[in-house]
Amino acid sequence: MGIRERLSGNEAVAYAMKQINPDVMGAFPITPSTEIPQYFSAYVDNGEVDTEFIAVESEHSAMSTCIGAEAAGCRAISATSSCGLIYMAEMLYVAASDRLPITLAVSCRALSGPININNDHSDVMAVRDAGWLILFAENNQEAYDNYLQAMRIGEAVSLPIMVCQDGFITSHAIENIELEETEKVQAFVGEYQPEHSLLNPKESIAVGPYSTPVYYIETKRQQAQAMMDAKEIIKKVGAEFGQLTGRTYGLIEKYMMDDAEEAIVIIGSSAGTAKEAIRKLRASGKKAGLVKIRAFRPFPAEEIAEALKTVKAFAVMDKADSFNAHCGPLYAETAAALYAQGVSGPKGISYIYGLGGRDVRVESIQHVFGDLETIARTGNAGETYRYLDVRE
Amino acid sequence: MKDMVEIRWHGRGGQGAKTASLLLADAAFNTGKYVQGFPEYGPERMGAPITAYNRISTERSTVHSNIYDPDYVVVVDETLLSAVDVTAGLKKEGAIVINSGKKPEELRPLLKGYQGRVCTIDAGRISEEELGKNFPNTPMLAAIVKVSGVVEESEFIKDMEASFQHKFAAKPQVIEGNMRALKRSMEEVQEG
Repeated sequence: MGIRERLSGNEAVAYAMKQINPDVMGAFPITPSTEIPQYFSAYVDNGEVDTEFIAVESEHSAMSTCIGAEAAGCRAISATSSCGLIYMAEMLYVAASDRLPITLAVSCRALSGPININNDHSDVMAVRDAGWLILFAENNQEAYDNYLQAMRIGEAVSLPIMVCQDGFITSHAIENIELEETEKVQAFVGEYQPEHSLLNPKESIAVGPYSTPVYYIETKRQQAQAMMDAKEIIKKVGAEFGQLTGRTYGLIEKYMMDDAEEAIVIIGSSAGTAKEAIRKLRASGKKAGLVKIRAFRPFPAEEIAEALKTVKAFAVMDKADSFNAHCGPLYAETAAALYAQGVSGPKGISYIYGLGGRDVRVESIQHVFGDLETIARTGNAGETYRYLDVRE
Repeated sequence: MKDMVEIRWHGRGGQGAKTASLLLADAAFNTGKYVQGFPEYGPERMGAPITAYNRISTERSTVHSNIYDPDYVVVVDETLLSAVDVTAGLKKEGAIVINSGKKPEELRPLLKGYQGRVCTIDAGRISEEELGKNFPNTPMLAAIVKVSGVVEESEFIKDMEASFQHKFAAKPQVIEGNMRALKRSMEEVQEG
Protein backbone atom coordinates (compact mmCIF):
# COMPACT_ATOMS: atom_id res chain seq x y z
CA MET A 1 0.00 0.00 0.00
CA GLY A 2 1.16 3.49 -0.82
CA ILE A 3 1.17 6.48 1.49
CA ARG A 4 -2.12 8.42 1.52
CA GLU A 5 -1.44 12.13 0.99
CA ARG A 6 -2.91 15.24 -0.59
CA LEU A 7 -0.66 17.29 -2.83
CA SER A 8 -0.88 19.63 -5.78
CA GLY A 9 0.52 18.41 -9.10
CA ASN A 10 3.60 20.61 -8.75
CA GLU A 11 4.21 19.36 -5.20
CA ALA A 12 3.82 15.77 -6.41
CA VAL A 13 6.47 16.23 -9.12
CA ALA A 14 8.86 18.01 -6.74
CA TYR A 15 8.37 15.16 -4.24
CA ALA A 16 9.14 12.57 -6.94
CA MET A 17 12.32 14.50 -7.76
CA LYS A 18 13.29 14.47 -4.09
CA GLN A 19 12.74 10.73 -3.82
CA ILE A 20 14.88 10.11 -6.90
CA ASN A 21 17.62 12.52 -5.74
CA PRO A 22 19.09 13.33 -9.17
CA ASP A 23 22.59 14.76 -9.66
CA VAL A 24 21.89 18.17 -11.20
CA MET A 25 18.95 20.53 -11.58
CA GLY A 26 19.23 23.55 -13.86
CA ALA A 27 16.16 25.75 -13.67
CA PHE A 28 14.71 29.17 -14.28
CA PRO A 29 11.29 30.03 -12.84
CA ILE A 30 8.16 30.58 -14.93
CA THR A 31 4.47 30.37 -13.97
CA PRO A 32 2.89 27.85 -13.42
CA SER A 33 5.89 25.49 -13.01
CA THR A 34 7.82 27.85 -10.67
CA GLU A 35 6.81 25.87 -7.58
CA ILE A 36 8.68 22.79 -8.80
CA PRO A 37 12.21 24.29 -8.62
CA GLN A 38 11.03 26.35 -5.61
CA TYR A 39 10.10 23.26 -3.56
CA PHE A 40 13.10 21.38 -4.87
CA SER A 41 15.56 24.15 -3.97
CA ALA A 42 14.23 23.93 -0.40
CA TYR A 43 15.02 20.19 -0.39
CA VAL A 44 18.53 21.08 -1.59
CA ASP A 45 18.90 23.79 1.05
CA ASN A 46 17.67 21.47 3.81
CA GLY A 47 20.12 18.79 2.77
CA GLU A 48 17.30 16.35 1.94
CA VAL A 49 18.87 15.71 -1.47
CA ASP A 50 22.46 16.08 -2.61
CA THR A 51 21.58 17.50 -6.01
CA GLU A 52 23.64 20.32 -7.44
CA PHE A 53 21.07 23.10 -7.98
CA ILE A 54 22.18 25.52 -10.69
CA ALA A 55 20.17 28.74 -10.79
CA VAL A 56 20.57 30.09 -14.30
CA GLU A 57 19.51 33.29 -16.07
CA SER A 58 17.22 31.76 -18.70
CA GLU A 59 15.54 28.57 -19.86
CA HIS A 60 18.01 28.33 -22.74
CA SER A 61 20.75 28.12 -20.12
CA ALA A 62 18.71 25.76 -17.94
CA MET A 63 18.59 23.25 -20.78
CA SER A 64 22.24 23.90 -21.68
CA THR A 65 23.14 23.12 -18.05
CA CYS A 66 21.21 19.88 -18.25
CA ILE A 67 22.95 18.97 -21.51
CA GLY A 68 26.38 19.56 -20.01
CA ALA A 69 25.57 17.63 -16.84
CA GLU A 70 23.90 14.70 -18.59
CA ALA A 71 26.77 14.48 -21.12
CA ALA A 72 29.17 14.31 -18.18
CA GLY A 73 27.27 11.23 -16.99
CA CYS A 74 24.88 12.77 -14.47
CA ARG A 75 21.12 12.58 -14.09
CA ALA A 76 19.93 16.09 -14.95
CA ILE A 77 16.47 17.59 -14.54
CA SER A 78 14.60 20.81 -15.13
CA ALA A 79 11.07 22.21 -15.07
CA THR A 80 9.38 24.85 -17.18
CA SER A 81 6.23 26.14 -18.88
CA SER A 82 5.01 28.11 -21.87
CA CYS A 83 7.46 30.68 -23.26
CA GLY A 84 10.19 29.09 -21.13
CA LEU A 85 9.78 25.84 -23.04
CA ILE A 86 10.02 27.45 -26.44
CA TYR A 87 12.94 29.57 -25.28
CA MET A 88 14.62 26.19 -24.68
CA ALA A 89 13.65 24.95 -28.13
CA GLU A 90 17.10 25.23 -29.70
CA MET A 91 18.65 23.23 -26.87
CA LEU A 92 15.82 20.69 -26.79
CA TYR A 93 16.84 19.57 -30.27
CA VAL A 94 20.48 19.39 -29.17
CA ALA A 95 19.61 17.29 -26.11
CA ALA A 96 17.67 14.82 -28.26
CA SER A 97 20.28 14.49 -31.03
CA ASP A 98 23.03 14.14 -28.40
CA ARG A 99 20.90 11.28 -27.03
CA LEU A 100 20.92 12.66 -23.48
CA PRO A 101 18.09 11.29 -21.30
CA ILE A 102 17.33 14.52 -19.45
CA THR A 103 14.00 14.68 -17.59
CA LEU A 104 11.94 17.86 -17.97
CA ALA A 105 8.75 18.53 -16.00
CA VAL A 106 6.32 20.77 -17.89
CA SER A 107 3.29 22.46 -16.33
CA CYS A 108 1.60 23.31 -19.61
CA ARG A 109 0.54 26.88 -20.28
CA ALA A 110 -0.59 28.93 -23.26
CA LEU A 111 1.93 30.85 -25.34
CA SER A 112 1.83 34.61 -25.77
CA GLY A 113 0.03 36.39 -27.28
CA PRO A 114 -2.20 37.66 -26.09
CA ILE A 115 -0.22 37.15 -22.90
CA ASN A 116 -1.92 34.55 -20.71
CA ILE A 117 -0.76 32.40 -17.80
CA ASN A 118 -3.41 29.68 -17.96
CA ASN A 119 -3.42 26.20 -19.37
CA ASP A 120 -3.40 24.84 -22.87
CA HIS A 121 -0.99 22.61 -24.78
CA SER A 122 0.42 25.06 -27.31
CA ASP A 123 3.81 25.10 -25.52
CA VAL A 124 4.41 21.35 -25.77
CA MET A 125 2.85 21.13 -29.23
CA ALA A 126 5.28 23.81 -30.41
CA VAL A 127 8.25 21.57 -29.56
CA ARG A 128 6.63 18.23 -30.39
CA ASP A 129 9.11 17.51 -33.19
CA ALA A 130 12.24 18.20 -31.10
CA GLY A 131 12.86 14.48 -30.64
CA TRP A 132 11.81 14.21 -27.00
CA LEU A 133 9.67 11.51 -25.46
CA ILE A 134 6.48 13.19 -24.19
CA LEU A 135 4.12 11.86 -21.50
CA PHE A 136 0.98 13.67 -20.35
CA ALA A 137 -0.82 13.29 -17.00
CA GLU A 138 -4.54 13.60 -16.25
CA ASN A 139 -4.07 14.43 -12.56
CA ASN A 140 -1.52 14.79 -9.75
CA GLN A 141 -1.27 11.00 -9.31
CA GLU A 142 -0.35 10.47 -12.95
CA ALA A 143 2.10 13.39 -12.86
CA TYR A 144 3.86 11.68 -9.93
CA ASP A 145 3.68 8.18 -11.43
CA ASN A 146 4.87 9.35 -14.86
CA TYR A 147 7.79 11.15 -13.26
CA LEU A 148 8.85 8.00 -11.41
CA GLN A 149 8.82 6.07 -14.69
CA ALA A 150 10.38 8.76 -16.87
CA MET A 151 14.09 8.13 -16.21
CA ARG A 152 13.75 4.39 -16.75
CA ILE A 153 12.15 5.07 -20.12
CA GLY A 154 14.46 7.85 -21.27
CA GLU A 155 17.65 6.10 -20.18
CA ALA A 156 16.63 2.81 -21.84
CA VAL A 157 16.47 4.44 -25.29
CA SER A 158 18.86 7.37 -24.67
CA LEU A 159 16.29 10.05 -25.34
CA PRO A 160 15.23 13.01 -23.21
CA ILE A 161 11.70 12.94 -21.78
CA MET A 162 9.07 15.55 -20.93
CA VAL A 163 6.60 14.81 -18.15
CA CYS A 164 3.65 17.12 -18.73
CA GLN A 165 0.61 18.13 -16.72
CA ASP A 166 -1.94 20.90 -17.09
CA GLY A 167 -0.83 24.20 -15.59
CA PHE A 168 -2.97 25.38 -12.64
CA ILE A 169 -5.72 22.82 -13.37
CA THR A 170 -3.64 20.04 -11.86
CA SER A 171 -0.35 21.81 -11.02
CA HIS A 172 -2.06 24.01 -8.41
CA ALA A 173 -5.01 21.83 -7.36
CA ILE A 174 -4.75 19.88 -4.11
CA GLU A 175 -6.05 16.34 -4.54
CA ASN A 176 -5.61 12.97 -2.89
CA ILE A 177 -2.57 11.05 -4.02
CA GLU A 178 -0.88 7.77 -3.19
CA LEU A 179 2.86 8.15 -2.74
CA GLU A 180 5.35 5.31 -2.72
CA GLU A 181 8.07 4.79 -0.12
CA THR A 182 11.37 6.38 -1.09
CA GLU A 183 13.23 3.06 -0.79
CA LYS A 184 10.82 1.45 -3.25
CA VAL A 185 11.09 4.42 -5.60
CA GLN A 186 14.88 4.32 -5.60
CA ALA A 187 14.95 0.57 -6.19
CA PHE A 188 12.53 1.03 -9.10
CA VAL A 189 14.34 3.96 -10.71
CA GLY A 190 17.82 2.49 -10.13
CA GLU A 191 21.24 4.04 -10.66
CA TYR A 192 22.08 5.78 -13.94
CA GLN A 193 24.93 4.03 -15.68
CA PRO A 194 25.46 5.76 -19.02
CA GLU A 195 27.11 3.70 -21.73
CA HIS A 196 29.22 6.69 -22.74
CA SER A 197 30.02 9.87 -20.84
CA LEU A 198 32.44 12.76 -20.95
CA LEU A 199 33.83 12.03 -17.48
CA ASN A 200 34.80 8.47 -18.32
CA PRO A 201 38.64 8.61 -18.40
CA LYS A 202 38.85 5.23 -20.19
CA GLU A 203 36.98 6.41 -23.26
CA SER A 204 37.43 9.73 -25.02
CA ILE A 205 34.27 10.88 -26.76
CA ALA A 206 32.93 14.02 -28.39
CA VAL A 207 29.38 15.20 -27.69
CA GLY A 208 27.60 17.35 -30.22
CA PRO A 209 30.26 17.78 -32.91
CA TYR A 210 29.57 19.12 -36.40
CA SER A 211 27.88 16.56 -38.59
CA THR A 212 28.45 16.74 -42.33
CA PRO A 213 25.93 15.45 -44.89
CA VAL A 214 27.86 12.18 -44.76
CA TYR A 215 26.58 11.53 -41.21
CA TYR A 216 23.66 13.83 -40.39
CA ILE A 217 20.79 11.78 -41.78
CA GLU A 218 22.10 8.58 -40.18
CA THR A 219 22.08 10.38 -36.82
CA LYS A 220 18.47 11.33 -37.38
CA ARG A 221 17.57 7.79 -38.50
CA GLN A 222 18.99 6.49 -35.21
CA GLN A 223 16.90 9.01 -33.28
CA ALA A 224 13.84 7.81 -35.17
CA GLN A 225 14.70 4.21 -34.28
CA ALA A 226 15.09 5.08 -30.60
CA MET A 227 11.64 6.70 -30.67
CA MET A 228 10.14 3.58 -32.26
CA ASP A 229 11.89 1.35 -29.70
CA ALA A 230 10.48 3.51 -26.89
CA LYS A 231 6.94 2.20 -27.42
CA GLU A 232 7.77 -1.24 -26.01
CA ILE A 233 9.89 0.29 -23.23
CA ILE A 234 7.04 2.57 -22.10
CA LYS A 235 4.68 -0.41 -21.93
CA LYS A 236 7.24 -2.57 -20.13
CA VAL A 237 8.08 0.10 -17.53
CA GLY A 238 4.36 0.88 -17.12
CA ALA A 239 3.60 -2.80 -16.46
CA GLU A 240 6.46 -3.11 -13.98
CA PHE A 241 5.25 0.03 -12.22
CA GLY A 242 1.82 -1.59 -12.04
CA GLN A 243 3.27 -4.65 -10.28
CA LEU A 244 4.88 -2.35 -7.74
CA THR A 245 1.98 0.02 -7.09
CA GLY A 246 -1.20 -1.46 -8.59
CA ARG A 247 -1.31 1.40 -11.11
CA THR A 248 -0.45 0.11 -14.58
CA TYR A 249 0.30 2.43 -17.50
CA GLY A 250 0.42 2.03 -21.27
CA LEU A 251 0.63 4.34 -24.27
CA ILE A 252 -3.07 5.18 -24.21
CA GLU A 253 -5.95 4.67 -21.79
CA LYS A 254 -9.26 3.47 -23.20
CA TYR A 255 -12.40 4.38 -21.25
CA MET A 256 -15.74 2.71 -22.12
CA MET A 257 -14.44 1.93 -25.62
CA ASP A 258 -15.49 -1.74 -25.93
CA ASP A 259 -18.88 -1.01 -27.52
CA ALA A 260 -18.48 2.74 -28.12
CA GLU A 261 -20.16 4.25 -31.18
CA GLU A 262 -18.99 7.80 -30.53
CA ALA A 263 -15.58 8.58 -29.07
CA ILE A 264 -13.26 11.42 -28.31
CA VAL A 265 -9.46 11.44 -28.30
CA ILE A 266 -8.10 13.74 -25.61
CA ILE A 267 -4.99 14.68 -23.61
CA GLY A 268 -4.55 15.77 -19.99
CA SER A 269 -6.88 16.95 -17.22
CA SER A 270 -9.96 17.28 -19.42
CA ALA A 271 -9.90 13.49 -19.89
CA GLY A 272 -11.14 13.27 -16.29
CA THR A 273 -13.91 15.78 -16.94
CA ALA A 274 -14.80 13.83 -20.10
CA LYS A 275 -15.04 10.58 -18.11
CA GLU A 276 -17.74 12.18 -15.95
CA ALA A 277 -19.56 13.34 -19.11
CA ILE A 278 -19.34 9.80 -20.49
CA ARG A 279 -20.67 8.27 -17.26
CA LYS A 280 -23.71 10.56 -17.57
CA LEU A 281 -24.18 9.78 -21.28
CA ARG A 282 -23.88 6.06 -20.61
CA ALA A 283 -26.54 6.36 -17.89
CA SER A 284 -28.92 7.69 -20.54
CA GLY A 285 -28.09 4.85 -22.92
CA LYS A 286 -25.55 6.56 -25.18
CA LYS A 287 -22.55 4.55 -26.32
CA ALA A 288 -19.85 7.10 -25.60
CA GLY A 289 -16.17 6.40 -24.96
CA LEU A 290 -12.77 8.04 -24.87
CA VAL A 291 -9.17 7.42 -25.76
CA LYS A 292 -6.70 9.29 -23.58
CA ILE A 293 -3.23 9.90 -24.94
CA ARG A 294 -0.59 9.25 -22.28
CA ALA A 295 2.38 8.99 -24.64
CA PHE A 296 2.26 11.67 -27.32
CA ARG A 297 5.87 10.87 -28.34
CA PRO A 298 6.23 8.17 -29.45
CA PHE A 299 2.80 8.54 -31.04
CA PRO A 300 0.61 5.47 -30.39
CA ALA A 301 -0.65 5.29 -33.98
CA GLU A 302 -1.57 1.58 -34.13
CA GLU A 303 -3.22 1.63 -30.70
CA ILE A 304 -5.39 4.65 -31.57
CA ALA A 305 -6.42 3.18 -34.93
CA GLU A 306 -7.31 -0.11 -33.26
CA ALA A 307 -9.38 1.70 -30.59
CA LEU A 308 -11.28 3.86 -33.09
CA LYS A 309 -11.79 1.44 -35.97
CA THR A 310 -15.30 0.34 -34.93
CA VAL A 311 -16.78 3.71 -33.83
CA LYS A 312 -19.17 5.61 -36.09
CA ALA A 313 -17.90 9.08 -35.28
CA PHE A 314 -15.02 10.58 -33.30
CA ALA A 315 -13.74 14.00 -32.28
CA VAL A 316 -10.09 14.71 -31.63
CA MET A 317 -9.73 17.35 -28.93
CA ASP A 318 -6.78 19.73 -29.37
CA LYS A 319 -5.79 22.24 -26.66
CA ALA A 320 -3.66 23.97 -29.29
CA ASP A 321 -4.26 25.06 -32.86
CA SER A 322 -1.89 24.46 -35.74
CA PHE A 323 -3.27 27.50 -37.60
CA ASN A 324 -3.25 25.52 -40.80
CA ALA A 325 -6.88 26.44 -41.59
CA HIS A 326 -7.61 22.73 -41.29
CA CYS A 327 -7.22 20.96 -37.91
CA GLY A 328 -5.33 20.69 -34.62
CA PRO A 329 -2.04 18.77 -34.28
CA LEU A 330 -3.48 15.74 -32.47
CA TYR A 331 -6.21 15.43 -35.10
CA ALA A 332 -3.66 15.46 -37.91
CA GLU A 333 -1.68 12.63 -36.35
CA THR A 334 -4.80 10.66 -35.44
CA ALA A 335 -6.15 10.91 -38.98
CA ALA A 336 -2.77 9.84 -40.37
CA ALA A 337 -2.77 6.88 -37.96
CA LEU A 338 -6.19 5.73 -39.20
CA TYR A 339 -5.18 6.14 -42.84
CA ALA A 340 -1.98 4.15 -42.30
CA GLN A 341 -3.99 1.29 -40.78
CA GLY A 342 -6.58 1.37 -43.57
CA VAL A 343 -9.36 2.52 -41.21
CA SER A 344 -11.75 4.71 -43.19
CA GLY A 345 -15.19 3.97 -41.71
CA PRO A 346 -15.41 6.41 -38.77
CA LYS A 347 -16.19 10.06 -39.47
CA GLY A 348 -13.84 12.39 -37.62
CA ILE A 349 -13.85 16.03 -36.61
CA SER A 350 -11.19 18.28 -35.10
CA TYR A 351 -12.18 20.32 -32.04
CA ILE A 352 -9.97 23.12 -30.72
CA TYR A 353 -10.85 23.70 -27.05
CA GLY A 354 -9.69 25.12 -23.72
CA LEU A 355 -7.20 27.62 -25.13
CA GLY A 356 -5.66 30.00 -22.59
CA GLY A 357 -7.50 28.38 -19.68
CA ARG A 358 -11.05 28.50 -21.08
CA ASP A 359 -12.75 26.25 -18.55
CA VAL A 360 -13.70 22.83 -19.92
CA ARG A 361 -16.94 21.66 -18.33
CA VAL A 362 -18.76 18.35 -18.28
CA GLU A 363 -21.35 20.14 -20.43
CA SER A 364 -18.64 21.14 -22.93
CA ILE A 365 -17.80 17.48 -23.53
CA GLN A 366 -21.48 16.51 -23.65
CA HIS A 367 -21.88 19.11 -26.40
CA VAL A 368 -19.14 17.40 -28.42
CA PHE A 369 -20.88 14.05 -28.03
CA GLY A 370 -24.12 15.70 -29.18
CA ASP A 371 -22.35 16.69 -32.40
CA LEU A 372 -20.95 13.18 -32.78
CA GLU A 373 -24.40 11.64 -32.41
CA THR A 374 -25.67 13.78 -35.29
CA ILE A 375 -22.67 12.83 -37.40
CA ALA A 376 -23.14 9.13 -36.60
CA ARG A 377 -26.84 9.31 -37.47
CA THR A 378 -26.51 11.27 -40.72
CA GLY A 379 -23.14 9.96 -41.87
CA ASN A 380 -22.20 13.55 -42.63
CA ALA A 381 -19.30 15.09 -40.69
CA GLY A 382 -20.14 18.64 -41.82
CA GLU A 383 -17.50 21.21 -40.85
CA THR A 384 -14.54 19.14 -39.61
CA TYR A 385 -12.58 22.06 -38.09
CA ARG A 386 -14.46 23.39 -35.06
CA TYR A 387 -13.89 25.53 -31.96
CA LEU A 388 -15.59 24.55 -28.67
CA ASP A 389 -17.20 26.98 -26.19
CA VAL A 390 -16.19 30.07 -28.15
CA ARG A 391 -18.13 33.32 -28.55
CA GLU A 392 -18.44 34.34 -32.19
CA MET B 1 -23.15 14.15 3.89
CA LYS B 2 -23.98 13.63 0.21
CA ASP B 3 -21.54 11.57 -1.91
CA MET B 4 -20.19 14.82 -3.31
CA VAL B 5 -20.31 18.35 -1.90
CA GLU B 6 -19.17 21.29 -4.01
CA ILE B 7 -18.23 24.60 -2.39
CA ARG B 8 -17.34 27.93 -3.96
CA TRP B 9 -15.41 30.62 -2.09
CA HIS B 10 -15.55 34.32 -2.91
CA GLY B 11 -12.96 36.64 -1.41
CA ARG B 12 -10.60 39.41 -2.27
CA GLY B 13 -6.93 38.91 -3.13
CA GLY B 14 -4.91 38.87 0.09
CA GLN B 15 -7.78 37.86 2.43
CA GLY B 16 -6.93 34.18 2.38
CA ALA B 17 -9.98 32.66 0.66
CA LYS B 18 -7.63 30.38 -1.28
CA THR B 19 -5.87 29.35 1.94
CA ALA B 20 -9.23 28.72 3.60
CA SER B 21 -10.29 26.45 0.74
CA LEU B 22 -7.04 24.51 1.10
CA LEU B 23 -7.53 24.25 4.89
CA LEU B 24 -11.03 22.87 4.34
CA ALA B 25 -9.58 20.36 1.86
CA ASP B 26 -7.03 19.38 4.53
CA ALA B 27 -9.68 18.96 7.22
CA ALA B 28 -11.84 16.80 4.93
CA PHE B 29 -8.81 14.80 3.78
CA ASN B 30 -7.89 14.09 7.40
CA THR B 31 -11.31 12.55 7.99
CA GLY B 32 -10.84 10.13 5.09
CA LYS B 33 -12.52 12.00 2.25
CA TYR B 34 -11.44 12.59 -1.32
CA VAL B 35 -10.78 16.27 -1.81
CA GLN B 36 -10.07 18.89 -4.40
CA GLY B 37 -9.02 22.41 -3.42
CA PHE B 38 -8.15 24.87 -6.16
CA PRO B 39 -8.31 28.58 -6.84
CA GLU B 40 -9.19 30.23 -10.13
CA TYR B 41 -5.97 31.88 -11.24
CA GLY B 42 -5.53 35.11 -13.10
CA PRO B 43 -3.51 38.25 -12.68
CA GLU B 44 -3.30 38.35 -8.88
CA ARG B 45 -3.91 41.73 -7.31
CA MET B 46 -4.52 42.69 -3.69
CA GLY B 47 -8.19 43.41 -3.22
CA ALA B 48 -9.44 42.05 -6.54
CA PRO B 49 -12.32 39.52 -6.37
CA ILE B 50 -11.00 35.95 -6.37
CA THR B 51 -12.74 32.58 -6.45
CA ALA B 52 -11.63 29.26 -4.96
CA TYR B 53 -13.29 25.86 -4.99
CA ASN B 54 -13.65 22.60 -3.06
CA ARG B 55 -14.99 19.22 -4.07
CA ILE B 56 -15.35 16.86 -1.13
CA SER B 57 -16.51 13.35 -1.90
CA THR B 58 -16.58 9.72 -0.83
CA GLU B 59 -15.16 8.59 -4.22
CA ARG B 60 -12.44 10.35 -6.21
CA SER B 61 -13.92 12.98 -8.54
CA THR B 62 -12.31 13.02 -11.97
CA VAL B 63 -13.81 16.38 -12.94
CA HIS B 64 -11.32 19.20 -13.45
CA SER B 65 -13.53 22.17 -14.14
CA ASN B 66 -14.64 25.09 -12.02
CA ILE B 67 -17.85 24.72 -10.00
CA TYR B 68 -20.98 26.28 -11.46
CA ASP B 69 -23.76 24.73 -9.33
CA PRO B 70 -22.29 24.66 -5.83
CA ASP B 71 -23.98 23.18 -2.79
CA TYR B 72 -22.51 25.94 -0.64
CA VAL B 73 -21.03 29.38 -1.17
CA VAL B 74 -18.74 31.16 1.29
CA VAL B 75 -18.32 34.93 1.02
CA VAL B 76 -15.25 36.13 2.92
CA ASP B 77 -15.84 39.82 2.13
CA GLU B 78 -19.33 41.31 2.47
CA THR B 79 -18.60 44.07 -0.06
CA LEU B 80 -18.54 41.40 -2.77
CA LEU B 81 -22.32 40.94 -2.48
CA SER B 82 -22.86 43.96 -4.71
CA ALA B 83 -19.85 43.31 -6.98
CA VAL B 84 -20.12 39.58 -7.79
CA ASP B 85 -23.10 37.30 -8.51
CA VAL B 86 -22.27 35.15 -5.49
CA THR B 87 -25.41 32.99 -5.59
CA ALA B 88 -25.06 32.08 -9.30
CA GLY B 89 -26.03 28.42 -9.64
CA LEU B 90 -26.18 27.93 -5.84
CA LYS B 91 -28.53 25.04 -5.01
CA LYS B 92 -31.52 26.02 -2.90
CA GLU B 93 -31.04 22.91 -0.71
CA GLY B 94 -27.62 24.37 0.15
CA ALA B 95 -26.63 27.58 1.88
CA ILE B 96 -24.58 30.74 1.62
CA VAL B 97 -22.29 31.74 4.50
CA ILE B 98 -21.33 35.41 4.63
CA ASN B 99 -18.72 37.14 6.78
CA SER B 100 -20.84 39.95 8.24
CA GLY B 101 -22.01 41.48 11.47
CA LYS B 102 -25.52 41.75 10.03
CA LYS B 103 -28.42 39.35 10.48
CA PRO B 104 -29.27 36.92 7.65
CA GLU B 105 -32.59 38.66 6.96
CA GLU B 106 -30.77 41.96 6.40
CA LEU B 107 -28.59 40.41 3.68
CA ARG B 108 -31.17 38.23 1.93
CA PRO B 109 -32.51 41.15 -0.16
CA LEU B 110 -29.03 41.50 -1.72
CA LEU B 111 -29.03 37.87 -2.87
CA LYS B 112 -31.13 38.10 -6.03
CA GLY B 113 -34.02 36.01 -4.75
CA TYR B 114 -31.92 33.13 -3.43
CA GLN B 115 -34.34 30.66 -1.79
CA GLY B 116 -31.99 28.61 0.40
CA ARG B 117 -30.48 29.17 3.81
CA VAL B 118 -28.59 32.42 4.40
CA CYS B 119 -26.02 32.29 7.20
CA THR B 120 -23.91 35.05 8.67
CA ILE B 121 -20.89 35.03 10.94
CA ASP B 122 -18.98 38.05 12.18
CA ALA B 123 -15.63 36.44 11.44
CA GLY B 124 -13.80 39.76 11.46
CA ARG B 125 -14.94 40.59 14.98
CA ILE B 126 -14.27 37.09 16.34
CA SER B 127 -10.81 37.20 14.81
CA GLU B 128 -10.11 40.68 16.25
CA GLU B 129 -11.24 39.61 19.70
CA GLU B 130 -9.53 36.22 19.83
CA LEU B 131 -6.42 36.81 17.72
CA GLY B 132 -6.08 40.58 17.89
CA LYS B 133 -6.03 40.81 14.08
CA ASN B 134 -8.48 40.56 11.22
CA PHE B 135 -7.79 37.02 9.95
CA PRO B 136 -11.29 35.87 9.00
CA ASN B 137 -10.07 32.49 7.65
CA THR B 138 -10.30 30.33 10.73
CA PRO B 139 -13.80 31.46 11.81
CA MET B 140 -15.09 31.22 8.21
CA LEU B 141 -13.74 27.70 7.94
CA ALA B 142 -15.47 26.71 11.17
CA ALA B 143 -18.73 28.30 10.02
CA ILE B 144 -18.84 26.41 6.72
CA VAL B 145 -18.02 23.14 8.49
CA LYS B 146 -20.90 23.78 10.91
CA VAL B 147 -23.38 24.78 8.20
CA SER B 148 -22.45 22.12 5.63
CA GLY B 149 -21.55 19.19 7.87
CA VAL B 150 -18.86 18.12 5.37
CA VAL B 151 -16.66 17.22 8.31
CA GLU B 152 -17.98 15.84 11.59
CA GLU B 153 -17.68 18.68 14.16
CA SER B 154 -15.75 16.96 16.94
CA GLU B 155 -13.37 15.39 14.43
CA PHE B 156 -12.87 18.81 12.85
CA ILE B 157 -12.01 20.44 16.18
CA LYS B 158 -9.59 17.65 17.06
CA ASP B 159 -7.94 17.84 13.65
CA MET B 160 -7.61 21.63 13.68
CA GLU B 161 -6.09 21.57 17.16
CA ALA B 162 -3.45 19.09 16.00
CA SER B 163 -2.80 21.19 12.91
CA PHE B 164 -2.41 24.44 14.92
CA GLN B 165 -0.15 22.68 17.43
CA HIS B 166 2.06 21.62 14.55
CA LYS B 167 1.99 25.01 12.82
CA PHE B 168 2.40 27.24 15.90
CA ALA B 169 4.51 24.97 18.10
CA ALA B 170 6.46 27.98 19.35
CA LYS B 171 3.40 30.19 20.02
CA PRO B 172 0.93 28.41 22.33
CA GLN B 173 -1.18 31.60 22.78
CA VAL B 174 -1.90 31.61 19.02
CA ILE B 175 -3.12 28.01 19.24
CA GLU B 176 -5.52 28.88 22.05
CA GLY B 177 -6.77 32.00 20.26
CA ASN B 178 -7.42 30.08 17.06
CA MET B 179 -9.23 27.30 18.91
CA ARG B 180 -11.46 29.82 20.72
CA ALA B 181 -12.19 31.56 17.40
CA LEU B 182 -13.08 28.22 15.85
CA LYS B 183 -15.47 27.16 18.61
CA ARG B 184 -17.09 30.60 18.93
CA SER B 185 -17.71 30.69 15.19
CA MET B 186 -19.49 27.34 15.32
CA GLU B 187 -21.72 28.65 18.11
CA GLU B 188 -22.32 32.15 16.77
CA VAL B 189 -23.09 31.42 13.11
CA GLN B 190 -26.67 32.60 12.48
CA GLU B 191 -29.07 30.86 10.13
CA GLY B 192 -31.98 32.59 8.48
